[in-house]
Amino acid sequence: MIRLEQLCKRYQLGDEPVQALDHVDLNIAAGEYLSVMGPSGSGKSTLLNMLGLLDTPDSGRYWLNDVEMTALGEEARAAERNRRIGFVFQAYHLIDRLSARENIELPLVLSGTPPAERRPRVDELLQRLSLDRHADHLPNQLSGGQRQRVAIARAVIRKPALLLADEPTGNLDSHSGQDVIELLEELNSEGITLVMVTHDAHMGRRARRRLWMQDGLLLKDEQDAQP
Amino acid sequence: MRSPDLLRFNLRLLTGQWFRTLMTLLATAVGVAAVLLLTGMGEGARRFVLEEFNLLGNDVLIVLPGRKETTGGIPPLTGEGTRDLTLADAEAVLKLPGVRAVAPLVVGLTQAEAAGRNREQMVVGTSLEFFRIRQLGAAQGRLLPELPLDRAEAVCVIGSDVRRALFDQQPVLGRWLRTGDRRCRIIGVLEDRGVSFGTDMKDTVIIPVASAQQLFNTQGLFRLFVQVRHLDLIDSLKPEILDLIQARHQGERDITLISQDSLLGVFDDVLQLLTLAVGAIAAISLVVAGILIMNITLISVSQRTPEIGLLKALGASERQVHRLFLSEALMMTLIGAALGVVIGYTLLWTGHWLWPQFPVSVPLWALAGAVLLALAVALMFAWLPARKAARLPPVLALKGITDA
Repeated sequence: MIRLEQLCKRYQLGDEPVQALDHVDLNIAAGEYLSVMGPSGSGKSTLLNMLGLLDTPDSGRYWLNDVEMTALGEEARAAERNRRIGFVFQAYHLIDRLSARENIELPLVLSGTPPAERRPRVDELLQRLSLDRHADHLPNQLSGGQRQRVAIARAVIRKPALLLADEPTGNLDSHSGQDVIELLEELNSEGITLVMVTHDAHMGRRARRRLWMQDGLLLKDEQDAQP
Repeated sequence: MRSPDLLRFNLRLLTGQWFRTLMTLLATAVGVAAVLLLTGMGEGARRFVLEEFNLLGNDVLIVLPGRKETTGGIPPLTGEGTRDLTLADAEAVLKLPGVRAVAPLVVGLTQAEAAGRNREQMVVGTSLEFFRIRQLGAAQGRLLPELPLDRAEAVCVIGSDVRRALFDQQPVLGRWLRTGDRRCRIIGVLEDRGVSFGTDMKDTVIIPVASAQQLFNTQGLFRLFVQVRHLDLIDSLKPEILDLIQARHQGERDITLISQDSLLGVFDDVLQLLTLAVGAIAAISLVVAGILIMNITLISVSQRTPEIGLLKALGASERQVHRLFLSEALMMTLIGAALGVVIGYTLLWTGHWLWPQFPVSVPLWALAGAVLLALAVALMFAWLPARKAARLPPVLALKGITDA
């Protein structure tokens, strides 16, 4: 489903150039559960942003579902993000003035889905994530775990094929972190491809496939035997 | 994004920061209201003057004794002739082909007395034609009789103010009125008509021109109204009248000819320009409002940087983000402009209510111009910040970093 070919990205950090991705080749099949680990500055977040089309590589090519993303324009990449990719961030990134429901339906609003179609889909998801009591609450009325669940609901409301999570449990206590990770794994078991960046080795080990990165290079690619 | 969703999204934003919104609304509203108010007042002044002068038909020429250069300026209302303009001149002008009627005018102040009351009174000596030219009718009785210009007769027509001041509600027709050292019999009361040329006809006593000449002991006319048979003749008659009077005045060209058209034209031009000028000055406040909108939008962009990053991550394209910020500014301006229109009209109508004689009207160009200018200014000034927002790289924006 995902194919990266000789992907390179270089940043200028102060005076020093940083090689965030150094000729990375990677294949990810549909439905995989992948964790990316490594020290900070190893390029794991850059890799995630590349996969999520938030960033463009300096060189190399990226195919998502056999479509070459590196050849698309800004407008088309935005549409791909909306349709195929869901993001979960460490800092939740909910919009403060919108209620949980409105935050969740934002991708549908952006894609121009009529309200009558949006409502049942949001309701269903709220119920499933046991957020229905909090539908009309603003983010600052929710706990951290609830906020991250709202963010996950927003990420999957368009039923994307790829779910990208950047330290999804980084801001949570271990109990809510456990909840969130189980929710992500449950979504993965239903077929969504899950790529999770973490520096928590314990979290990382839960994934069936584990990548280690350092200085923009893929150091290690471990895979469990298929269950 | 669907328009209702866009509207709701923006509305959330505007109500969420109501103080900021209110201040911006106020700036736009004051700008629009200022344009409306000032152009409304300018237009009111223009109409006021036009209505005043319009009582005279535009087929009428006015002959003033004395020569004044009238190159664009307002002609003198008081003549400074060296030679008098006489009744004989008036008769001669009347004989010109193309002239339908002439109405000489002699004006003076004298003491008027009737029924034991006394007042300083403006007395106008003229002929019956004057009433026709000025479209004045009698509310009671009749107007001056048709007389040869040089025949005096002891009759008068009085304005309604004179009647009220001297007689209260008593019947006046047939009573005597003393003006200076002469008496005249009141044969009519003038209908109420407005002020014109600075002369309130309601406050005058009108007597035959020859009587006025005797009363004030003068041969010279204050004015001579000349009505032509057809509008097209005005231009060709002007030099003819000038030549005729010149010939009669020993070759001295010592009169000034004005037509209502030239008079009104000058006033109209001046006042229209004035209206335009004050409108333009008021428009500056709209531009100031625009700069405020630009600042507000810039602040909004930097405050909402992570949100922009998020929207992009959720699939908003550059164009969508650009439109989001533009529409926010436009919406704010539209509401502000509507508020300004309401405020402007309220103030104008309050003014009209306080001074009813002052006509109030906002020219359509000013109304449309003010609203369109406000929108254009908002669009112009919000464009750059909105583009800045749209071009933010999503990765950095999510971290709240505005500049790459």
